[in-house]
Amino acid sequence: MSEPVSALMGRVAAGAVTVRDEGLAGMITLRGDLATAKLRTACKHATGLALPAPGKITGNAAKGLAWMSPDELLVLVPHAGAGAVADQMAQTLAGTHHLAANVSDARALISVAGPHAREVLAKVSPVDMHPGSFAAGDFRRSRIGQVAGAFWIDADEVIRVICFRSQADYVFTLLAKSAEDGAVGFLG
Amino acid sequence: MSTRLASGGRFLNRDRAVEFRFNGKRLAGYEGDTLASALLANDQMMIGRSFKYHRPRGVVASGAEEPNGLVNLGEGARFEPNQRVTTTELFDGLQATSQNHWPSLEFDVGALNTHLARFLPAGFYYKMFMYPRAFWKHIYEPFIRMSAGLGKAPKERDADTYEHFHAFADVLVIGGGIAGLTAALEAGKSGARVIVLEQTAHWGGRALVDAPGIGGKPAADWVKNAVQDLEKMDNVTIRTRTMGAGVYDHGYALGYERLTDHQPEVSGPRHRLWRIRARQIITATGAIERPLSFAGNDLPGVVLASAVRDYAVNFGVSVGDRTVVVTNNDDAYRTALALRDAGLVVPAIIDARTQASGPLPEQARAAGIRVLTGMGVAKVKGSRRVTGVAVCAQAGEGAVLEEIGCDCVAMSGGWSPVVHLWSHCGGKLTWDADQAMFRPDAARAPTGADAQPFVIAAGTANGHLRTAEVIADATEAGRAAARAVGGRVRATRAVAATDEDEAAMAPVWLMPQGAGIALRMKAWLDYQNDVKVSDVQLAAREGYESVEHAKRYTTLGMATDQGKLSNINGLAVLSQALNAEIPQVGITTFRPPYTPISMGAITGAARGALFQPVRQTPIHGWHIDNGADFEPVGQWRRPFAFPRAGETVHDAVTREILNTRSNVGLLDASTLGKLIVKGPDAGHFLDMLYTNVMSTLAVGKCRYGLMCSENGFLIDDGVVARIDDDTWLCHTTTGGAERIHGHMEDWLQCEWWDWQVYVANVTEQFAQIAVVGPNARKVLEKLGGMDVSKQTLPFMQWADGTLAGIPARVFRISFSGELSYEVAVPASQGRAFWDAALEAGAEFGIMPYGTEGLHVLRAEKGFIMIGDETDGTVIPQDLGLGWAISKKKSDYLGKRGQERSHMADPNRWKLVGLETLDGSVIEDGAYAIGEGVNDNGQRNTVGRVTSTYFSPTLGRGIAMGLVLHGPDRMGEVITLTRTGGGSVQARIVDPVFYDKAGEKQDV
Amino acid sequence: MLTLTCPYCGVAADETELQAGGEAHLKRFGPGASDDEFEGYLFVRENPKGVHFERWRHAYGCGKWFLAARCTVTLEVFGTYPAQSKEPPAHIRKAITAKRPGWTWREFA
Repeated sequence: MSEPVSALMGRVAAGAVTVRDEGLAGMITLRGDLATAKLRTACKHATGLALPAPGKITGNAAKGLAWMSPDELLVLVPHAGAGAVADQMAQTLAGTHHLAANVSDARALISVAGPHAREVLAKVSPVDMHPGSFAAGDFRRSRIGQVAGAFWIDADEVIRVICFRSQADYVFTLLAKSAEDGAVGFLG
Repeated sequence: MSTRLASGGRFLNRDRAVEFRFNGKRLAGYEGDTLASALLANDQMMIGRSFKYHRPRGVVASGAEEPNGLVNLGEGARFEPNQRVTTTELFDGLQATSQNHWPSLEFDVGALNTHLARFLPAGFYYKMFMYPRAFWKHIYEPFIRMSAGLGKAPKERDADTYEHFHAFADVLVIGGGIAGLTAALEAGKSGARVIVLEQTAHWGGRALVDAPGIGGKPAADWVKNAVQDLEKMDNVTIRTRTMGAGVYDHGYALGYERLTDHQPEVSGPRHRLWRIRARQIITATGAIERPLSFAGNDLPGVVLASAVRDYAVNFGVSVGDRTVVVTNNDDAYRTALALRDAGLVVPAIIDARTQASGPLPEQARAAGIRVLTGMGVAKVKGSRRVTGVAVCAQAGEGAVLEEIGCDCVAMSGGWSPVVHLWSHCGGKLTWDADQAMFRPDAARAPTGADAQPFVIAAGTANGHLRTAEVIADATEAGRAAARAVGGRVRATRAVAATDEDEAAMAPVWLMPQGAGIALRMKAWLDYQNDVKVSDVQLAAREGYESVEHAKRYTTLGMATDQGKLSNINGLAVLSQALNAEIPQVGITTFRPPYTPISMGAITGAARGALFQPVRQTPIHGWHIDNGADFEPVGQWRRPFAFPRAGETVHDAVTREILNTRSNVGLLDASTLGKLIVKGPDAGHFLDMLYTNVMSTLAVGKCRYGLMCSENGFLIDDGVVARIDDDTWLCHTTTGGAERIHGHMEDWLQCEWWDWQVYVANVTEQFAQIAVVGPNARKVLEKLGGMDVSKQTLPFMQWADGTLAGIPARVFRISFSGELSYEVAVPASQGRAFWDAALEAGAEFGIMPYGTEGLHVLRAEKGFIMIGDETDGTVIPQDLGLGWAISKKKSDYLGKRGQERSHMADPNRWKLVGLETLDGSVIEDGAYAIGEGVNDNGQRNTVGRVTSTYFSPTLGRGIAMGLVLHGPDRMGEVITLTRTGGGSVQARIVDPVFYDKAGEKQDV
Repeated sequence: MLTLTCPYCGVAADETELQAGGEAHLKRFGPGASDDEFEGYLFVRENPKGVHFERWRHAYGCGKWFLAARCTVTLEVFGTYPAQSKEPPAHIRKAITAKRPGWTWREFA
């Protein structure tokens, strides 16, 4: 038996804004009819949380539900039990058309924290990062530089970025470079 | 001579001297200088040579519109050509060199062109280089390449860094003069999110030079207060040294911020490209003074009147001791007065108008300055700099009435609003005959997604040349923008402003009006592209009546100049030659960027390691540590081979293949696409997607499948595994995962949306490792944890279990013809499994192999590869894959396409194997030569090679190719091309070269 | 550079987040179709100067395909709507008629 490792193996780029590998996170792609009670129940069992509204996230990286599309959620749970949670969700949803896939190892989770964290994201994403437009609880899928990614911000202004595992090195390097290049002075 | 005045220069910090070099010469300036003002302060009038005729040229302007003052800046990794001296802020240690001359600025061989000017008219290149055709390659093209271009391309990698920044605003104000500031204050007060961009280092624009009164205060005080007020607003961001470079669809705009050009010692990005989405854009971009077209108007020392004033007031620099002002308007009198105030001599003001009686001319007369009305310049005297002007009657043909000695000519042909940013996204213009200018037509503004106007021109950029009008117009612009974005606007009285009254200008397109050809050939319209009045007239005579055609024929207003100085004068000359009104001739298209922006800014962070994303498998680190020779496959980097010390890459490939055939090889196959397809209709869906039947695949089994486009062409292949009753796992090619996932989603969302199917891309959830070779089973048995025997896990089946304590899904599939297991483990444990397999396999001779080994192994077995055997024009039937196409299905994607007559043509080239008679390796891409020639006189071809390798297993070259009637010609010998001549003969054979019966993979 | 609002997630997406997918409302012709029908399905396109209906995918966002009604001259966007539409919805057609009276596009007007 070997210990699972994240793609970035704990890399940290410290500075005024620190970019940090958040290590392995449990992630389940859940596709199904979000309006059904069965699906809500499956999510509640897995995370204890209510379903997020479109474009939102409930909970956090340890236990969370992120709205991915009208028929898709990303279920965030601890990495160790993610496979079991996915199986359990599938059981709960048996008999309804759904798909619950453990994608924990297909992803990387990176945090961006510091005074100009919003500006670091604004350098690499075509997203309005103004606090009035993007606040705690919002969840956005977009581009991170040249690749796909998703991110949200918590009440402490820490931004968490999800990307594909194979592109983790690119995304981390790009975020670290953007952080190192300093504040723009546009988003406070 | 040009020199530094003893006092004045509101931008200068005279306490801080700055040293710089021009063409190696050590010169001194002050903090606050531009390179242009510092050069002038050192009497460096001549700054470069012109593009076509290599004529001596000096600065004409003081801002971004400067056409002549382009220099090389910096050296080595910080070398940059074509930098404008007027927008380059001076810093200690700046190094500049002049361009477009050889061997030196003062003595230039290319200047001979100016004597050949008669023979180098508009359209010269088109006329000259057409015939004889054979001259093109060896004579004309090298000549053009040698003479083309402005500066030299940098040779070294840029040492600086750059970045992008995405910003969103309700109102973007471009321009930080009094109009921009006024509009920004109005928009800011409404609570809207506002961004204000000013291209120079200073707020206030021209108002601070001409010093009108604003709001009862001197302009300078008003500007200072306005900037302070904006800085206090949380909803407003203001930036100097940031040019609004372009306005695009749906409110997209680019800002070009120069962060360290003026302070290279500061770390951080050099330029920042602002990618702005604004709901409303106010273009408060001011106006540019027009030159006058008279003979010799390009000599160093002939400068725009406003620029002469700028150099005196802003930089304490006099362009000349004796300045003759030539004008058709009152504004230029301000230059004469400013020079007089600075203690300089103005021998005369030459005014083309028959009358000059406004307050400004009266002030000039009162100051004792001679005013000549109804007069023009016949020609400028001097060779490398101005020594005087010959005066003539404007109404005549240029008979010289007198000569006036001077070393500077300050010219003004009136003002053109900077309508570039208004026009970039479709804003239309209207001709204002009174002021002889094109100005924005508010009724035809650029419109956005909601069909509403999103650009508002304000102030001088909107055609208002008087300060009070500018302020009133900008106030309304700011309020209109605020209202458009839902801001609260309180109507208050606009700030009052005062300046001198001005009499009407009179359009002057040629000086004198009746100038003959000798004068017109020396009257420049476009300095940067060396276009003269005579060139535009020639273009009109030769039938280039469309302004866009005339522009391309003459190069007027092209390239980096974008017609800033030349546009209106050129149009006027063209319209006169065509005997048409200016508005009927129209105007050429203004293209972004307004002035050139750096390549680095466009690139942003995407350079070096971030140039493009490189996708890495979970085992990437091992590959690097073990000397892998990588190759790009899509965005992935895959090991091509693992050369050992002393081995060539070819040696390594051979070793890896032989070892895999005889012992056991290990392949990182993680990049293979893995798509889960699940749902009640998943089987039906896959039957539509693949050419064969997937719905009947039994749970636990695997089947190879082909996917086609609706055209019938093969787009992907791979092994499909049935996971459970309503779940399939589809393997795609490396790099095919996202494309095929998108293909599936497209059909599910847009065509068969009532089918119950979900797809998930789990490619990266798993590291997939192929254990391949006769000893493969022994390795897995040693890793232990599940039964991998033939009985329990036969060929083309899969099973879940654990290996080496790691959860694994094991597929018995083979792309090599050997006993083979593809093991999928969680990506987080992929490296651990790889290490465990290497350790367990050591006693069985395990060695990793790379993609080249993979390719050769599959080619030896006659397996096709998407991208080698296919190129987007090949259907499965061409490849002998008819066995994988269901005859029973009534429909699948591509079926109808494959029924087209051309696809069913028996003369389509078909896949065969090829063996050279001499055992050599056929060249990649070689063609099979047929009889006769085609319509172009080229040899007919009857086939082409799609894959070709040296087979270590067989000890000879093997190839696959598509050949006319190939499968019917087994044993025949065909001739194939070689690069550089010669040919090679090969026999047509079965494409399966190794283990034709397929016994080795099924053990 | 366009901004189109994805009807599924409500994001006003930047063009760099989108993938263009060509003309909308194509009717698929498979086996049994005539050569003319098949040619029309695969190759014949409107390419209009004016009102147009297009497929776009919110590729860097929610991943959904949607349809957009837009003017190819002015880039005005009349509306976006789900890909699961056999024809432009009534409210979009009404919006176009208000702006471009007398418009036609294939069999729609």
